[in-house]
Amino acid sequence: MKRFLVLFLICSSNLNAQLPDGKQILDRIDQNLSSENRIFTSSMIIHGRRTTSTFRLKTWTAGENKSFTEYLFPVREQGTKMLKLEDQLWIYSPSTDRIIQIAGHMLRQSVMGSDLSYEDLMEDNKLTDQYNAKVTGSEMVDGHNCWVIELTAFVPEIAYQGQKLWVDQERNIPLREEMYAKSGTLLKRTELSDIQRINNRWYPKKIVFKDMLKDGMGTELVIDEIEFNVDIDDYVFSKASLKK
Amino acid sequence: MIRFLFKGLLRDKHRSLLPFIVTATGVMLTVVFHSWITGVIGNSIEFNARFAAGHVKIMTRAYSENVAQTPNDLAILGTDSLKNIISAQFPEMDFVERIYFAGLIDVPDHTGETRAQGPSLGMGIDMLSGNQEEIERLNIPSSLKSGSLPSKSGEVLISNTFAKKLGLESGDTLTLVGSTMYGELALYNFTLCGTIEFGTTALDRGTVIADIKDVREALNMNDATGEILGFSRTGYYDHEEASLIANRFNDRYTSEQDEFSLIMKSLAEQNNMGFLVEYSGTLQGILVFVFIMAMSLILWNAGLLGGLRRYGEFGMRLAIGEEKSHVYKTMLLESLIIGFLGSLAGVIAGLSISFYLQTYGIDLGSMMKNASIMMPQVFRARITPQAWYIGFIPGVFSALFGTMLAGIGIYKRQTAQLFKELEA
Repeated sequence: MKRFLVLFLICSSNLNAQLPDGKQILDRIDQNLSSENRIFTSSMIIHGRRTTSTFRLKTWTAGENKSFTEYLFPVREQGTKMLKLEDQLWIYSPSTDRIIQIAGHMLRQSVMGSDLSYEDLMEDNKLTDQYNAKVTGSEMVDGHNCWVIELTAFVPEIAYQGQKLWVDQERNIPLREEMYAKSGTLLKRTELSDIQRINNRWYPKKIVFKDMLKDGMGTELVIDEIEFNVDIDDYVFSKASLKK
Repeated sequence: MIRFLFKGLLRDKHRSLLPFIVTATGVMLTVVFHSWITGVIGNSIEFNARFAAGHVKIMTRAYSENVAQTPNDLAILGTDSLKNIISAQFPEMDFVERIYFAGLIDVPDHTGETRAQGPSLGMGIDMLSGNQEEIERLNIPSSLKSGSLPSKSGEVLISNTFAKKLGLESGDTLTLVGSTMYGELALYNFTLCGTIEFGTTALDRGTVIADIKDVREALNMNDATGEILGFSRTGYYDHEEASLIANRFNDRYTSEQDEFSLIMKSLAEQNNMGFLVEYSGTLQGILVFVFIMAMSLILWNAGLLGGLRRYGEFGMRLAIGEEKSHVYKTMLLESLIIGFLGSLAGVIAGLSISFYLQTYGIDLGSMMKNASIMMPQVFRARITPQAWYIGFIPGVFSALFGTMLAGIGIYKRQTAQLFKELEA
């Protein structure tokens, strides 16, 4: 009996030893996805119930709290700009020549009828600054071995209180994400693909968002061009640049 | 003989005045009560019809599944031609296009940046085509609190409470922030021309009303509309008529395979109105039945008392040789005359009061201040054909039955005992 108990303890300690530390994985994910600043051009393809709409955007981000986006396409939206500083967002529309401030819960509204909220589009916070992580197992996703990690937020003001990630064990990048509300309701699901090596980091060039509370076929965000750690003039992140 | 009895009734007020007053009052109350109940329930139904549901409403199937969210991305397309076609196919209905939308109203400061903002529920209706139907249907002229109705493109009305909250005055610019039919960001400048107050919290919280052409431009909904509302040309909701039209329309236009095919819903099928429509008839019937029963008992009792009060008179008439059946018949005929005249007076008085209540109504706005459901501020009675006879028939017959019951005693009287009774 004593021999059996010893064997059981050895086996169970080996099982735990096989699962890596969640925080370490989050650190590696942040190294891939976060950067001091970046400029990227993307296409947002919204698959609605009736039509598919495509928008082209150019975005400048610096750190976690500054972001500036300009709509390049379609013509109706050309010149529309969005500036995010901390938790405030301003939108400029050339047709009305107005700068509108979007704040509070409005930041959780859909952007252009897509499956992304303004928060989703403009947030670039490090996961390690917001969540505690616990690795719960491993699963295969698209032929890649992935760690399954459950994240629980430790900051109060956050869009998603919980997340579940399937993180590629080799490239340290999530291939699938599920975002949950505090109640445990699944709010969004994302699939990350077309992972490419850019400037010594792995980065997904295509992300498919699906708002689980909304009808529709999801929204694709395709990164057409991206540059990391480039110099961006501070003027870009000022309200004056909205009307420029 | 009728003339003889009539003269008797006129000359002997004790026989006629009290039964006449009781009958007339009872009948009048019955008529007024019936008209008021019919009006109040009808007002609530019509109010919802005018502001939200129509007597029938046409939407796409996909839109109808999420109608509470007013999903204009699932709107009806090609409405210019569609409206003409359905107007020809269903001539018993007036069809109007409406766009309901949700958005944010943003007010700029002198530099053009956000000074105040608040969530709003908007309505795009025909206001500038020269046709006043929609403006009158929504009772906008009398709901105008300040300023004027839109007279040109780009002008908008908002609820008075909302305007105060945002610090807006006539002539100020405000920007609608919403979503176009294609999901794009909609930003559109309006000029405030006036404020309105409907007296219903649900509507006065954050309502914005603009011309449908402006709303189309703002939401990129060219030749499209969220909903087409149909209103019966009779002016009132008739559930059977609406259901028949909806069935005919759906047979022709609805397809299970196409989620963007059109569907027509009657008022009873929308906004939980089914309960009110279904039970309004029953509830109305029960209330009126209870009231009529109570009035009948009073009238019956009046007839009974009238008969018993004249116990001595009948004894005298029998003693001098009048036939029992003749006494009984004259008594019934008198009762019928009083019942008929009392009921006639009651109907005239009841209809007059009901007509006043139908024309001017009673303002219950102060009692509806915190109502979150859509209810009218002024409730009005409604005179239906039923009102002409619903009090008249029980008025005539209750008094008659009361007299018939009281008169049975005439046959039980022994002629031999009559003088003894009269001496006593």
